[in-house]
Amino acid sequence: MSEGNKNTNTEPWGGFDDNLIQRGGSAVIDMENMDDTSGSSFEDVGEMHQRMKDEEEVTAEAAATEEEGEGEPGEDGEFLGMKGIKGQLSRQVADEVWRAGKRQASKAFNLYANIDILRPYFDVEPMQVRNRLIESLIPVRMINFPQKVAGELYGPMMLVFTLVAILLHGMKTSGTVIREGTLMGTAIGTCFGYWLGVSSFIYFLAYLCNAQITMLQMLSLLGYGLFSHCVVLFVTYSVHFHSLFYLLWLVIGGLSTLRMVAVLISRTVGQTPRLILCGTLAALHMLFLLYLHFAYHKIVEGILDTLEGPAMPPIQRVARDLPNTVTVLNATMKGLTAGATAILTQ
Amino acid sequence: MAEVEEANKPLFAGLSDVSISEDIPVEGDIAVPVSSRGTEDEFSTLDEPVKDTILRDLKAVGNKFVHVMYPKKSSALLRDWDLWGPLLLCVTLALLLQGGSADSKDDGGPQFAEVFVIIWFGSVIITLNSKLLGGTISFFQSLCVLGYCILPLTVAMLVCRLVLLLVSSGTAGFIVRLIIVTASFGWSTFASTAFLADSQPANRKALVVYPVFLFYFVIGWMILTFSPSS
Repeated sequence: MSEGNKNTNTEPWGGFDDNLIQRGGSAVIDMENMDDTSGSSFEDVGEMHQRMKDEEEVTAEAAATEEEGEGEPGEDGEFLGMKGIKGQLSRQVADEVWRAGKRQASKAFNLYANIDILRPYFDVEPMQVRNRLIESLIPVRMINFPQKVAGELYGPMMLVFTLVAILLHGMKTSGTVIREGTLMGTAIGTCFGYWLGVSSFIYFLAYLCNAQITMLQMLSLLGYGLFSHCVVLFVTYSVHFHSLFYLLWLVIGGLSTLRMVAVLISRTVGQTPRLILCGTLAALHMLFLLYLHFAYHKIVEGILDTLEGPAMPPIQRVARDLPNTVTVLNATMKGLTAGATAILTQ
Repeated sequence: MAEVEEANKPLFAGLSDVSISEDIPVEGDIAVPVSSRGTEDEFSTLDEPVKDTILRDLKAVGNKFVHVMYPKKSSALLRDWDLWGPLLLCVTLALLLQGGSADSKDDGGPQFAEVFVIIWFGSVIITLNSKLLGGTISFFQSLCVLGYCILPLTVAMLVCRLVLLLVSSGTAGFIVRLIIVTASFGWSTFASTAFLADSQPANRKALVVYPVFLFYFVIGWMILTFSPSS
Protein backbone atom coordinates (compact mmCIF):
# COMPACT_ATOMS: atom_id res chain seq x y z
CA MET A 1 0.00 0.00 0.00
CA SER A 2 2.80 2.23 0.77
CA GLU A 3 4.19 1.25 -2.56
CA GLY A 4 0.89 2.17 -4.05
CA ASN A 5 1.06 5.43 -2.31
CA LYS A 6 4.53 5.90 -3.51
CA ASN A 7 3.28 4.96 -6.91
CA THR A 8 0.53 7.48 -6.66
CA ASN A 9 3.05 10.00 -5.74
CA THR A 10 4.80 9.37 -8.96
CA GLU A 11 1.66 9.17 -11.10
CA PRO A 12 0.46 12.29 -12.83
CA TRP A 13 -2.39 12.73 -10.43
CA GLY A 14 -0.19 11.69 -7.57
CA GLY A 15 0.84 15.29 -7.58
CA PHE A 16 -2.57 15.88 -6.01
CA ASP A 17 -1.09 14.76 -2.76
CA ASP A 18 1.37 17.57 -3.01
CA ASN A 19 -1.34 19.90 -3.99
CA LEU A 20 -3.48 18.58 -1.21
CA ILE A 21 -0.78 19.37 1.26
CA GLN A 22 -0.22 22.71 -0.34
CA ARG A 23 -3.90 23.41 -0.36
CA GLY A 24 -4.19 22.51 3.26
CA GLY A 25 -1.32 24.77 3.97
CA SER A 26 -2.56 27.54 1.74
CA ALA A 27 -6.12 27.54 3.01
CA VAL A 28 -5.41 30.69 4.93
CA ILE A 29 -3.81 32.27 1.92
CA ASP A 30 -6.80 31.29 -0.17
CA MET A 31 -9.10 32.99 2.26
CA GLU A 32 -7.07 36.14 1.88
CA ASN A 33 -7.29 35.77 -1.84
CA MET A 34 -11.01 35.43 -1.57
CA ASP A 35 -11.17 38.62 0.43
CA ASP A 36 -9.20 40.32 -2.24
CA THR A 37 -11.58 41.87 -4.68
CA SER A 38 -9.52 41.11 -7.72
CA GLY A 39 -12.04 38.69 -9.09
CA SER A 40 -10.34 36.74 -11.75
CA SER A 41 -7.08 36.48 -9.98
CA PHE A 42 -4.89 33.63 -10.90
CA GLU A 43 -4.83 32.40 -7.33
CA ASP A 44 -8.59 31.96 -7.37
CA VAL A 45 -8.42 30.12 -10.63
CA GLY A 46 -5.73 27.95 -9.27
CA GLU A 47 -7.73 27.39 -6.13
CA MET A 48 -10.78 26.37 -8.12
CA HIS A 49 -8.66 24.08 -10.19
CA GLN A 50 -7.23 22.50 -7.10
CA ARG A 51 -10.65 22.10 -5.57
CA MET A 52 -11.98 20.33 -8.62
CA LYS A 53 -8.96 18.10 -8.73
CA ASP A 54 -9.31 17.43 -5.06
CA GLU A 55 -12.89 16.27 -5.47
CA GLU A 56 -11.86 13.95 -8.18
CA GLU A 57 -9.01 12.76 -6.08
CA VAL A 58 -11.36 12.01 -3.20
CA THR A 59 -13.59 10.08 -5.55
CA ALA A 60 -10.68 8.18 -6.86
CA GLU A 61 -9.39 7.40 -3.42
CA ALA A 62 -12.79 6.23 -2.26
CA ALA A 63 -12.75 3.75 -5.06
CA ALA A 64 -9.10 3.15 -4.15
CA THR A 65 -8.03 2.59 -7.69
CA GLU A 66 -4.67 3.35 -9.02
CA GLU A 67 -3.96 2.40 -12.53
CA GLU A 68 -7.37 1.97 -14.09
CA GLY A 69 -8.63 4.64 -11.84
CA GLU A 70 -5.91 6.77 -13.23
CA GLY A 71 -7.23 5.98 -16.66
CA GLU A 72 -10.86 6.87 -16.15
CA PRO A 73 -11.52 9.08 -13.20
CA GLY A 74 -8.13 10.61 -13.73
CA GLU A 75 -8.99 11.64 -17.22
CA ASP A 76 -12.54 12.32 -16.26
CA GLY A 77 -11.26 14.27 -13.38
CA GLU A 78 -9.07 16.31 -15.59
CA PHE A 79 -11.79 16.73 -18.17
CA LEU A 80 -14.35 17.75 -15.63
CA GLY A 81 -11.73 19.87 -14.09
CA MET A 82 -11.27 21.81 -17.33
CA LYS A 83 -14.98 22.22 -17.83
CA GLY A 84 -15.32 22.98 -14.20
CA ILE A 85 -12.58 25.55 -14.39
CA LYS A 86 -14.12 27.26 -17.35
CA GLY A 87 -17.55 27.18 -15.78
CA GLN A 88 -16.24 28.41 -12.49
CA LEU A 89 -14.17 31.09 -14.12
CA SER A 90 -16.95 32.45 -16.23
CA ARG A 91 -19.30 32.28 -13.32
CA GLN A 92 -16.88 34.13 -11.14
CA VAL A 93 -16.23 36.78 -13.73
CA ALA A 94 -19.92 37.28 -14.22
CA ASP A 95 -20.40 37.45 -10.49
CA GLU A 96 -17.68 40.03 -10.10
CA VAL A 97 -19.02 42.13 -12.93
CA TRP A 98 -22.47 42.02 -11.38
CA ARG A 99 -21.15 42.97 -7.96
CA ALA A 100 -19.06 45.82 -9.35
CA GLY A 101 -21.95 47.12 -11.40
CA LYS A 102 -24.26 46.97 -8.44
CA ARG A 103 -21.77 48.84 -6.30
CA GLN A 104 -21.43 51.56 -8.92
CA ALA A 105 -25.16 51.88 -9.39
CA SER A 106 -25.87 52.13 -5.69
CA LYS A 107 -23.11 54.68 -5.27
CA ALA A 108 -24.50 56.78 -8.08
CA PHE A 109 -28.01 56.39 -6.76
CA ASN A 110 -27.01 57.44 -3.28
CA LEU A 111 -25.20 60.41 -4.70
CA TYR A 112 -27.76 61.77 -7.15
CA ALA A 113 -31.10 60.41 -6.13
CA ASN A 114 -30.52 61.17 -2.52
CA ILE A 115 -33.35 63.46 -1.70
CA ASP A 116 -31.84 64.07 1.68
CA ILE A 117 -29.80 66.74 -0.05
CA LEU A 118 -32.98 68.74 -0.39
CA ARG A 119 -34.34 67.89 3.01
CA PRO A 120 -32.99 70.96 4.86
CA TYR A 121 -34.76 73.24 2.40
CA PHE A 122 -38.12 71.76 3.22
CA ASP A 123 -37.79 71.97 6.95
CA VAL A 124 -40.58 74.43 7.63
CA GLU A 125 -43.63 74.79 9.77
CA PRO A 126 -46.98 75.96 8.44
CA MET A 127 -46.71 79.05 10.63
CA GLN A 128 -43.42 79.98 9.06
CA VAL A 129 -44.80 79.58 5.58
CA ARG A 130 -47.79 81.72 6.40
CA ASN A 131 -45.61 84.41 7.95
CA ARG A 132 -43.32 84.46 4.97
CA LEU A 133 -46.24 84.74 2.59
CA ILE A 134 -47.50 87.78 4.40
CA GLU A 135 -44.04 89.28 4.73
CA SER A 136 -43.52 89.02 0.99
CA LEU A 137 -46.01 91.85 0.60
CA ILE A 138 -44.45 94.08 3.23
CA PRO A 139 -41.47 96.10 2.06
CA VAL A 140 -38.70 96.41 4.59
CA ARG A 141 -37.46 99.78 5.69
CA MET A 142 -33.92 99.11 6.70
CA ILE A 143 -31.75 98.92 3.66
CA ASN A 144 -28.41 99.66 5.25
CA PHE A 145 -28.27 96.29 6.88
CA PRO A 146 -28.40 93.04 4.89
CA GLN A 147 -31.85 91.66 5.30
CA LYS A 148 -32.32 88.05 6.19
CA VAL A 149 -33.73 85.88 3.44
CA ALA A 150 -35.00 82.47 4.34
CA GLY A 151 -33.63 79.74 2.14
CA GLU A 152 -36.48 77.32 1.78
CA LEU A 153 -38.03 75.77 -1.26
CA TYR A 154 -41.36 74.50 -0.03
CA GLY A 155 -43.15 77.82 -0.18
CA PRO A 156 -41.86 78.80 -3.64
CA MET A 157 -42.65 75.41 -5.12
CA MET A 158 -46.17 75.41 -3.76
CA LEU A 159 -46.67 78.93 -5.05
CA VAL A 160 -45.53 77.94 -8.53
CA PHE A 161 -47.97 75.04 -8.58
CA THR A 162 -50.71 77.27 -7.26
CA LEU A 163 -50.01 79.74 -10.02
CA VAL A 164 -50.33 76.93 -12.55
CA ALA A 165 -53.65 75.91 -11.03
CA ILE A 166 -54.89 79.50 -11.09
CA LEU A 167 -53.93 79.91 -14.73
CA LEU A 168 -55.86 76.77 -15.60
CA HIS A 169 -58.79 77.99 -13.52
CA GLY A 170 -58.66 81.18 -15.53
CA MET A 171 -59.01 79.19 -18.70
CA LYS A 172 -62.05 77.46 -17.30
CA THR A 173 -63.91 80.57 -16.27
CA SER A 174 -63.39 82.12 -19.65
CA GLY A 175 -65.51 79.31 -21.02
CA THR A 176 -63.56 78.47 -24.12
CA VAL A 177 -63.40 74.94 -25.36
CA ILE A 178 -60.14 73.76 -24.00
CA ARG A 179 -57.74 71.00 -24.71
CA GLU A 180 -56.33 70.53 -21.30
CA GLY A 181 -53.14 68.85 -22.16
CA THR A 182 -51.49 71.55 -24.15
CA LEU A 183 -52.61 74.22 -21.74
CA MET A 184 -51.26 72.26 -18.82
CA GLY A 185 -47.90 71.95 -20.47
CA THR A 186 -47.82 75.62 -21.37
CA ALA A 187 -48.87 76.70 -17.88
CA ILE A 188 -46.33 74.53 -16.14
CA GLY A 189 -43.62 75.54 -18.55
CA THR A 190 -44.37 79.24 -18.19
CA CYS A 191 -44.48 79.28 -14.41
CA PHE A 192 -41.52 77.06 -13.77
CA GLY A 193 -39.58 78.72 -16.54
CA TYR A 194 -40.18 82.11 -15.03
CA TRP A 195 -39.25 81.01 -11.53
CA LEU A 196 -36.10 79.15 -12.45
CA GLY A 197 -35.04 81.26 -15.40
CA VAL A 198 -35.49 84.69 -13.90
CA SER A 199 -33.94 83.53 -10.64
CA SER A 200 -30.88 82.33 -12.47
CA PHE A 201 -30.68 85.52 -14.51
CA ILE A 202 -30.96 87.79 -11.51
CA TYR A 203 -28.47 85.63 -9.65
CA PHE A 204 -26.08 86.06 -12.55
CA LEU A 205 -26.61 89.81 -12.48
CA ALA A 206 -26.12 89.78 -8.75
CA TYR A 207 -22.85 87.99 -9.27
CA LEU A 208 -21.80 90.68 -11.72
CA CYS A 209 -22.96 93.46 -9.44
CA ASN A 210 -21.30 91.92 -6.42
CA ALA A 211 -24.46 91.44 -4.45
CA GLN A 212 -24.38 89.09 -1.52
CA ILE A 213 -27.11 86.66 -2.26
CA THR A 214 -27.00 82.95 -2.90
CA MET A 215 -28.91 81.07 -5.56
CA LEU A 216 -31.11 79.43 -2.97
CA GLN A 217 -32.00 82.77 -1.46
CA MET A 218 -32.77 84.19 -4.88
CA LEU A 219 -35.04 81.26 -5.71
CA SER A 220 -36.76 81.68 -2.40
CA LEU A 221 -37.16 85.44 -2.77
CA LEU A 222 -38.58 85.29 -6.26
CA GLY A 223 -40.76 82.35 -5.38
CA TYR A 224 -42.39 84.21 -2.56
CA GLY A 225 -42.77 87.17 -4.87
CA LEU A 226 -45.09 85.00 -6.93
CA PHE A 227 -47.56 85.22 -4.09
CA SER A 228 -48.63 88.62 -5.33
CA HIS A 229 -49.15 87.19 -8.82
CA CYS A 230 -51.31 84.41 -7.42
CA VAL A 231 -53.46 86.83 -5.45
CA VAL A 232 -53.94 89.28 -8.29
CA LEU A 233 -54.76 86.65 -10.87
CA PHE A 234 -57.10 84.79 -8.56
CA VAL A 235 -59.05 87.94 -7.81
CA THR A 236 -59.22 89.11 -11.39
CA TYR A 237 -60.33 85.74 -12.68
CA SER A 238 -63.16 85.73 -10.20
CA VAL A 239 -64.15 89.35 -10.55
CA HIS A 240 -63.78 90.48 -14.11
CA PHE A 241 -63.17 94.17 -13.80
CA HIS A 242 -60.49 95.56 -15.95
CA SER A 243 -59.63 98.61 -13.92
CA LEU A 244 -59.51 96.44 -10.85
CA PHE A 245 -56.72 94.50 -12.45
CA TYR A 246 -54.66 97.62 -13.06
CA LEU A 247 -55.18 98.75 -9.50
CA LEU A 248 -54.21 95.42 -8.05
CA TRP A 249 -51.29 95.19 -10.43
CA LEU A 250 -49.91 98.44 -9.16
CA VAL A 251 -50.64 97.95 -5.50
CA ILE A 252 -49.99 94.29 -4.79
CA GLY A 253 -47.46 93.77 -7.53
CA GLY A 254 -45.76 96.96 -6.49
CA LEU A 255 -45.58 95.96 -2.84
CA SER A 256 -44.07 92.64 -3.66
CA THR A 257 -41.59 94.22 -6.03
CA LEU A 258 -40.64 96.80 -3.43
CA ARG A 259 -39.94 94.10 -0.91
CA MET A 260 -37.70 92.14 -3.26
CA VAL A 261 -35.96 95.30 -4.38
CA ALA A 262 -35.36 96.44 -0.80
CA VAL A 263 -33.84 93.10 0.13
CA LEU A 264 -31.54 93.25 -2.86
CA ILE A 265 -30.54 96.83 -2.20
CA SER A 266 -29.66 95.96 1.35
CA ARG A 267 -27.26 93.38 0.01
CA THR A 268 -25.63 95.44 -2.72
CA VAL A 269 -23.08 98.20 -2.53
CA GLY A 270 -22.91 101.07 -4.97
CA GLN A 271 -25.54 103.06 -6.80
CA THR A 272 -25.12 101.65 -10.29
CA PRO A 273 -25.18 97.98 -9.35
CA ARG A 274 -28.22 98.60 -7.21
CA LEU A 275 -29.94 100.35 -10.05
CA ILE A 276 -29.18 97.66 -12.57
CA LEU A 277 -30.18 94.79 -10.35
CA CYS A 278 -33.31 96.25 -8.94
CA GLY A 279 -34.45 97.79 -12.17
CA THR A 280 -34.22 94.48 -13.95
CA LEU A 281 -36.01 92.60 -11.22
CA ALA A 282 -38.79 95.15 -10.94
CA ALA A 283 -39.32 95.25 -14.68
CA LEU A 284 -39.41 91.48 -15.07
CA HIS A 285 -41.68 90.99 -12.11
CA MET A 286 -44.28 93.53 -13.10
CA LEU A 287 -44.18 92.66 -16.76
CA PHE A 288 -44.71 89.01 -15.98
CA LEU A 289 -47.93 89.78 -14.18
CA LEU A 290 -49.06 91.92 -17.08
CA TYR A 291 -48.18 89.16 -19.48
CA LEU A 292 -50.06 86.54 -17.51
CA HIS A 293 -53.20 88.57 -17.48
CA PHE A 294 -53.23 89.76 -21.07
CA ALA A 295 -50.89 88.01 -23.38
CA TYR A 296 -51.21 84.55 -21.88
CA HIS A 297 -54.80 84.39 -22.95
CA LYS A 298 -53.81 85.53 -26.38
CA ILE A 299 -51.10 82.97 -26.71
CA VAL A 300 -53.50 80.31 -25.54
CA GLU A 301 -56.01 81.39 -28.08
CA GLY A 302 -53.34 81.23 -30.70
CA ILE A 303 -52.66 77.64 -29.75
CA LEU A 304 -56.34 76.86 -29.90
CA ASP A 305 -56.62 78.45 -33.31
CA THR A 306 -53.64 76.59 -34.63
CA LEU A 307 -54.72 73.24 -33.31
CA GLU A 308 -58.39 73.38 -33.96
CA GLY A 309 -58.06 75.08 -37.28
CA PRO A 310 -60.89 76.05 -39.58
CA ALA A 311 -62.96 73.06 -38.49
CA MET A 312 -63.78 74.98 -35.36
CA PRO A 313 -67.21 76.57 -35.64
CA PRO A 314 -66.76 80.25 -35.04
CA ILE A 315 -69.52 80.45 -32.48
CA GLN A 316 -67.49 78.44 -30.00
CA ARG A 317 -64.59 80.80 -30.23
CA VAL A 318 -66.49 83.78 -28.97
CA ALA A 319 -68.35 81.85 -26.30
CA ARG A 320 -66.76 83.78 -23.49
CA ASP A 321 -68.33 85.47 -20.56
CA LEU A 322 -65.90 88.37 -20.55
CA PRO A 323 -67.33 90.70 -23.18
CA ASN A 324 -66.24 93.77 -21.23
CA THR A 325 -62.70 92.62 -20.96
CA VAL A 326 -62.59 91.69 -24.60
CA THR A 327 -63.85 95.03 -25.72
CA VAL A 328 -61.57 96.95 -23.43
CA LEU A 329 -58.68 94.70 -24.23
CA ASN A 330 -59.18 95.09 -27.92
CA ALA A 331 -59.49 98.82 -27.51
CA THR A 332 -56.37 98.94 -25.41
CA MET A 333 -54.35 96.81 -27.77
CA LYS A 334 -55.56 98.74 -30.77
CA GLY A 335 -54.74 101.98 -29.06
CA LEU A 336 -51.30 100.76 -28.08
CA THR A 337 -50.59 99.42 -31.53
CA ALA A 338 -51.79 102.58 -33.18
CA GLY A 339 -49.71 104.65 -30.81
CA ALA A 340 -46.65 102.53 -31.41
CA THR A 341 -47.07 102.73 -35.15
CA ALA A 342 -47.55 106.46 -34.94
CA ILE A 343 -44.38 106.86 -32.93
CA LEU A 344 -42.38 104.65 -35.23
CA THR A 345 -43.53 106.30 -38.39
CA GLN A 346 -42.81 109.78 -37.09
CA MET B 1 3.14 -4.67 -9.42
CA ALA B 2 1.02 -7.79 -9.89
CA GLU B 3 0.03 -7.60 -6.29
CA VAL B 4 -0.97 -4.06 -6.78
CA GLU B 5 -2.99 -4.93 -9.80
CA GLU B 6 -4.68 -7.76 -8.01
CA ALA B 7 -5.35 -5.47 -5.15
CA ASN B 8 -6.72 -2.91 -7.53
CA LYS B 9 -8.89 -5.18 -9.62
CA PRO B 10 -11.48 -6.10 -6.99
CA LEU B 11 -11.50 -2.49 -5.92
CA PHE B 12 -12.03 -1.36 -9.43
CA ALA B 13 -14.71 -3.94 -9.85
CA GLY B 14 -16.46 -2.51 -6.87
CA LEU B 15 -16.20 0.85 -8.43
CA SER B 16 -17.85 -0.28 -11.62
CA ASP B 17 -20.69 -1.90 -9.70
CA VAL B 18 -21.36 0.95 -7.40
CA SER B 19 -20.64 3.64 -10.01
CA ILE B 20 -20.07 6.04 -7.22
CA SER B 21 -18.76 8.70 -9.54
CA GLU B 22 -22.31 9.17 -10.72
CA ASP B 23 -23.96 9.02 -7.36
CA ILE B 24 -21.83 11.19 -5.22
CA PRO B 25 -22.08 14.37 -7.31
CA VAL B 26 -25.73 13.71 -7.91
CA GLU B 27 -26.30 13.47 -4.18
CA GLY B 28 -24.80 16.85 -3.80
CA ASP B 29 -26.96 18.24 -6.57
CA ILE B 30 -30.14 16.73 -5.29
CA ALA B 31 -29.57 18.52 -2.02
CA VAL B 32 -30.25 21.80 -3.76
CA PRO B 33 -33.61 20.96 -5.34
CA VAL B 34 -34.80 19.48 -2.07
CA SER B 35 -34.44 22.79 -0.34
CA SER B 36 -36.16 24.60 -3.15
CA ARG B 37 -39.01 22.15 -3.04
CA GLY B 38 -39.66 23.45 0.41
CA THR B 39 -40.03 26.97 -0.90
CA GLU B 40 -41.94 25.76 -3.88
CA ASP B 41 -45.11 26.00 -1.87
CA GLU B 42 -44.66 29.74 -1.71
CA PHE B 43 -44.10 29.97 -5.41
CA SER B 44 -46.86 27.57 -6.24
CA THR B 45 -48.87 30.51 -7.53
CA LEU B 46 -46.94 30.08 -10.73
CA ASP B 47 -48.77 26.88 -11.43
CA GLU B 48 -52.26 28.01 -10.62
CA PRO B 49 -54.61 28.93 -13.42
CA VAL B 50 -54.45 32.53 -14.59
CA LYS B 51 -58.05 33.07 -13.61
CA ASP B 52 -57.18 32.50 -9.95
CA THR B 53 -54.36 35.00 -10.05
CA ILE B 54 -56.45 37.63 -11.74
CA LEU B 55 -59.38 37.10 -9.41
CA ARG B 56 -57.19 37.34 -6.38
CA ASP B 57 -55.64 40.57 -7.56
CA LEU B 58 -59.01 41.96 -8.51
CA LYS B 59 -60.36 41.12 -5.09
CA ALA B 60 -57.47 42.92 -3.46
CA VAL B 61 -58.06 45.94 -5.69
CA GLY B 62 -61.78 45.87 -4.97
CA ASN B 63 -61.15 45.66 -1.27
CA LYS B 64 -59.05 48.79 -1.47
CA PHE B 65 -61.75 50.54 -3.50
CA VAL B 66 -64.13 49.92 -0.64
CA HIS B 67 -61.63 51.38 1.78
CA VAL B 68 -61.34 54.50 -0.35
CA MET B 69 -65.06 55.00 -0.70
CA TYR B 70 -65.56 54.70 3.04
CA PRO B 71 -62.37 56.16 4.42
CA LYS B 72 -61.81 54.96 7.94
CA LYS B 73 -58.48 54.93 9.62
CA SER B 74 -57.36 51.54 8.44
CA SER B 75 -53.99 50.49 7.22
CA ALA B 76 -55.19 48.19 4.47
CA LEU B 77 -54.09 50.53 1.73
CA LEU B 78 -50.72 51.05 3.29
CA ARG B 79 -49.95 47.52 4.36
CA ASP B 80 -50.62 45.69 1.10
CA TRP B 81 -49.93 48.39 -1.37
CA ASP B 82 -50.22 47.59 -5.03
CA LEU B 83 -50.22 49.72 -8.12
CA TRP B 84 -52.80 47.79 -10.13
CA GLY B 85 -55.67 49.87 -8.85
CA PRO B 86 -54.05 53.22 -9.63
CA LEU B 87 -53.12 51.98 -13.08
CA LEU B 88 -56.67 50.85 -13.78
CA LEU B 89 -58.12 54.11 -12.55
CA CYS B 90 -55.60 56.22 -14.42
CA VAL B 91 -56.19 54.41 -17.69
CA THR B 92 -59.97 54.53 -17.26
CA LEU B 93 -59.90 58.24 -16.51
CA ALA B 94 -57.58 58.97 -19.40
CA LEU B 95 -59.78 56.97 -21.79
CA LEU B 96 -62.92 58.72 -20.58
CA LEU B 97 -61.30 62.11 -20.96
CA GLN B 98 -60.28 61.24 -24.45
CA GLY B 99 -63.66 61.00 -26.08
CA GLY B 100 -64.19 64.73 -26.04
CA SER B 101 -63.34 67.49 -28.48
CA ALA B 102 -62.49 64.90 -31.06
CA ASP B 103 -63.00 67.24 -33.94
CA SER B 104 -59.36 67.95 -34.55
CA LYS B 105 -57.08 65.52 -36.19
CA ASP B 106 -54.22 65.36 -33.76
CA ASP B 107 -56.40 64.64 -30.76
CA GLY B 108 -56.45 61.41 -28.87
CA GLY B 109 -52.84 60.45 -28.39
CA PRO B 110 -51.43 63.48 -26.61
CA GLN B 111 -54.46 63.79 -24.40
CA PHE B 112 -54.16 60.28 -23.06
CA ALA B 113 -50.46 60.73 -22.49
CA GLU B 114 -51.00 64.11 -20.85
CA VAL B 115 -53.46 62.74 -18.32
CA PHE B 116 -51.23 59.79 -17.62
CA VAL B 117 -48.15 61.94 -17.15
CA ILE B 118 -49.97 64.47 -15.00
CA ILE B 119 -51.37 61.84 -12.66
CA TRP B 120 -48.15 59.92 -12.21
CA PHE B 121 -45.88 62.94 -12.17
CA GLY B 122 -48.13 64.73 -9.72
CA SER B 123 -48.18 61.67 -7.48
CA VAL B 124 -44.41 61.42 -7.57
CA ILE B 125 -44.01 65.09 -6.69
CA ILE B 126 -46.44 64.85 -3.80
CA THR B 127 -44.70 61.75 -2.54
CA LEU B 128 -41.31 63.42 -2.70
CA ASN B 129 -42.73 66.43 -0.93
CA SER B 130 -44.17 64.36 1.88
CA LYS B 131 -40.94 62.46 2.24
CA LEU B 132 -38.92 65.65 2.33
CA LEU B 133 -41.19 67.00 5.03
CA GLY B 134 -40.29 64.05 7.17
CA GLY B 135 -43.00 61.54 6.43
CA THR B 136 -42.68 57.94 7.45
CA ILE B 137 -44.58 56.55 4.52
CA SER B 138 -42.67 54.79 1.79
CA PHE B 139 -42.54 55.90 -1.82
CA PHE B 140 -44.79 53.24 -3.29
CA GLN B 141 -47.24 53.30 -0.43
CA SER B 142 -47.81 56.95 -1.10
CA LEU B 143 -48.19 56.38 -4.83
CA CYS B 144 -50.69 53.65 -4.04
CA VAL B 145 -52.79 55.85 -1.78
CA LEU B 146 -52.82 58.80 -4.16
CA GLY B 147 -53.71 56.57 -7.08
CA TYR B 148 -56.56 54.83 -5.30
CA CYS B 149 -58.02 58.11 -4.12
CA ILE B 150 -58.63 59.08 -7.74
CA LEU B 151 -61.59 56.69 -7.61
CA PRO B 152 -64.19 59.30 -6.58
CA LEU B 153 -63.05 61.55 -9.41
CA THR B 154 -63.34 58.70 -11.90
CA VAL B 155 -66.86 58.02 -10.69
CA ALA B 156 -67.59 61.71 -11.08
CA MET B 157 -66.26 61.55 -14.62
CA LEU B 158 -68.67 58.75 -15.45
CA VAL B 159 -71.55 60.68 -13.94
CA CYS B 160 -70.54 63.82 -15.81
CA ARG B 161 -70.52 61.98 -19.08
CA LEU B 162 -73.99 60.65 -18.33
CA VAL B 163 -75.15 64.15 -17.51
CA LEU B 164 -73.70 65.45 -20.74
CA LEU B 165 -75.49 62.73 -22.65
CA LEU B 166 -78.81 63.40 -21.02
CA VAL B 167 -78.65 67.16 -20.63
CA SER B 168 -77.20 69.46 -23.22
CA SER B 169 -74.07 71.26 -22.14
CA GLY B 170 -75.87 74.35 -20.93
CA THR B 171 -75.66 76.22 -17.69
CA ALA B 172 -77.80 73.76 -15.75
CA GLY B 173 -75.66 70.89 -16.83
CA PHE B 174 -72.57 72.86 -15.96
CA ILE B 175 -73.81 73.59 -12.48
CA VAL B 176 -74.73 69.96 -11.88
CA ARG B 177 -71.34 68.85 -13.08
CA LEU B 178 -69.67 71.50 -10.95
CA ILE B 179 -71.41 70.21 -7.86
CA ILE B 180 -70.56 66.60 -8.65
CA VAL B 181 -66.93 67.33 -9.39
CA THR B 182 -66.51 69.53 -6.33
CA ALA B 183 -68.01 66.86 -4.11
CA SER B 184 -65.85 64.11 -5.50
CA PHE B 185 -62.78 66.33 -5.35
CA GLY B 186 -63.44 66.99 -1.68
CA TRP B 187 -64.00 63.28 -1.12
CA SER B 188 -60.71 62.38 -2.80
CA THR B 189 -58.77 64.93 -0.81
CA PHE B 190 -60.36 63.82 2.43
CA ALA B 191 -59.76 60.15 1.70
CA SER B 192 -56.13 60.59 0.83
CA THR B 193 -55.60 62.85 3.81
CA ALA B 194 -56.99 60.15 6.08
CA PHE B 195 -54.22 57.86 4.92
CA LEU B 196 -51.35 60.19 4.30
CA ALA B 197 -51.56 62.64 7.15
CA ASP B 198 -51.03 59.98 9.76
CA SER B 199 -47.51 59.47 8.61
CA GLN B 200 -46.52 63.07 9.12
CA PRO B 201 -45.46 64.94 12.22
CA ALA B 202 -48.51 66.49 13.77
CA ASN B 203 -47.82 70.12 13.01
CA ARG B 204 -46.99 69.64 9.35
CA LYS B 205 -50.13 68.01 8.13
CA ALA B 206 -51.26 71.16 6.40
CA LEU B 207 -48.04 71.30 4.43
CA VAL B 208 -48.68 67.83 3.04
CA VAL B 209 -52.41 68.24 2.45
CA TYR B 210 -52.05 71.37 0.35
CA PRO B 211 -50.27 69.78 -2.67
CA VAL B 212 -52.76 66.92 -2.55
CA PHE B 213 -55.53 69.51 -2.70
CA LEU B 214 -53.89 71.14 -5.71
CA PHE B 215 -53.38 67.81 -7.45
CA TYR B 216 -56.99 66.74 -7.17
CA PHE B 217 -58.08 70.25 -8.07
CA VAL B 218 -56.21 70.00 -11.35
CA ILE B 219 -57.72 66.59 -12.10
CA GLY B 220 -61.15 67.90 -11.17
CA TRP B 221 -60.61 70.86 -13.46
CA MET B 222 -59.77 68.49 -16.31
CA ILE B 223 -62.98 66.56 -15.66
CA LEU B 224 -65.10 69.66 -15.38
CA THR B 225 -63.88 71.20 -18.59
CA PHE B 226 -64.42 68.03 -20.54
CA SER B 227 -66.90 68.51 -23.31
CA PRO B 228 -67.70 65.78 -25.78
CA SER B 229 -67.75 66.28 -29.49
CA SER B 230 -71.19 67.30 -30.60
